[in-house]
Amino acid sequence: MGLFSRFFQGETTRETAKRRLQLVLIHDRSDLSVETMEALRKDLIVVINRYLEIDEQHIELELEREHSSVVLVANIPVRTVKRQPVNTGSEA
Amino acid sequence: MPGRVVVVTSGKGGVGKTTTTANVSASLAGKGYKVVAMDADIGLRNLDVVLGLENRIVYTLVDVIEGVCRLSQAMIRDKRVPNLFFLPAAQTRTKDAVSSDQMAALCKELQQDFDFVFVDSPAGIESGFRNAAAGATEALVVTTPEVSAVRDADRIIGMLESLEISPIRLVLNRVRPDLVQRGDMLSVADVLDILAVDLVGVVPNDDSVVVSTNRGEPLTLGMQSPACKAFDNIGLRLTGEEVPFLDVENFGQKGLVGTLRKMFGF
Repeated sequence: MGLFSRFFQGETTRETAKRRLQLVLIHDRSDLSVETMEALRKDLIVVINRYLEIDEQHIELELEREHSSVVLVANIPVRTVKRQPVNTGSEA
Repeated sequence: MPGRVVVVTSGKGGVGKTTTTANVSASLAGKGYKVVAMDADIGLRNLDVVLGLENRIVYTLVDVIEGVCRLSQAMIRDKRVPNLFFLPAAQTRTKDAVSSDQMAALCKELQQDFDFVFVDSPAGIESGFRNAAAGATEALVVTTPEVSAVRDADRIIGMLESLEISPIRLVLNRVRPDLVQRGDMLSVADVLDILAVDLVGVVPNDDSVVVSTNRGEPLTLGMQSPACKAFDNIGLRLTGEEVPFLDVENFGQKGLVGTLRKMFGF
């Protein structure tokens, strides 16, 4: 990659490689595929929606490495708190 | 005291397991340690040609395990280095010819007579790797600064940890100073940051490795080159000596590498 394109992309291929590796290894280490993460996100939305009105477009869901462990970090913007939890669970 | 059994492994193929096994073994033997280099890559052996001992194979480790011959009959003494022995793999058999228990027992027997037993593992994470690691008391994980190799190294490290093999040390092979300086290759620090294991060696990309493999003469038998120095240092660090790491990433084009390039016409 030339200096010219690097100037516009703001990242060396070395940095790209490191970033991609760190991401892929989080999945490798936790054995969660992209599909699994997406399924988890959808299920989380369903459950949280029973209690809170959330901004589904801006949910951040990530497995993060902390030292030698992996942590699931969810950042879910809340619009409003529902007065009565909507019970859509199986016990209904 | 029984000797150390070091499995040399990587996950990904072609990153330098066999080269590392051959050169570190030869280096330590040259320093007076009694060393055996064992090829555990049954069916795809290559340590024999890298060591230049392919014409002396009579029996293999499969023959030993099956009781066709005694261990001492299969061991090949390297005439160039008095303390270096080689135990070849079978070429016409598959990895299913031996079991983990048999490999562990073989390593145990070798440990009685040798200071170091280096086991050159096949690539992959299947039974061949498990057999190679079966008798190991420690591991060398070889990788190159490429995403595919580092990813596979991470997987292998996880498997070695679950097999409770410790310590696990990293050899970073084929580092290209020019690419690191240009920002086009993962640096030593990047790889360590990602893999979080102890570093035991940084080997620069070096044409002399190709030359030595062509000839079947381990570098550490005589050739002076940056890679030779790096493999020598790995041996020293394994014996507990504190050796500063070569500043591979700052090798200038006019430095050692450049000089070598000129010598070999690149």
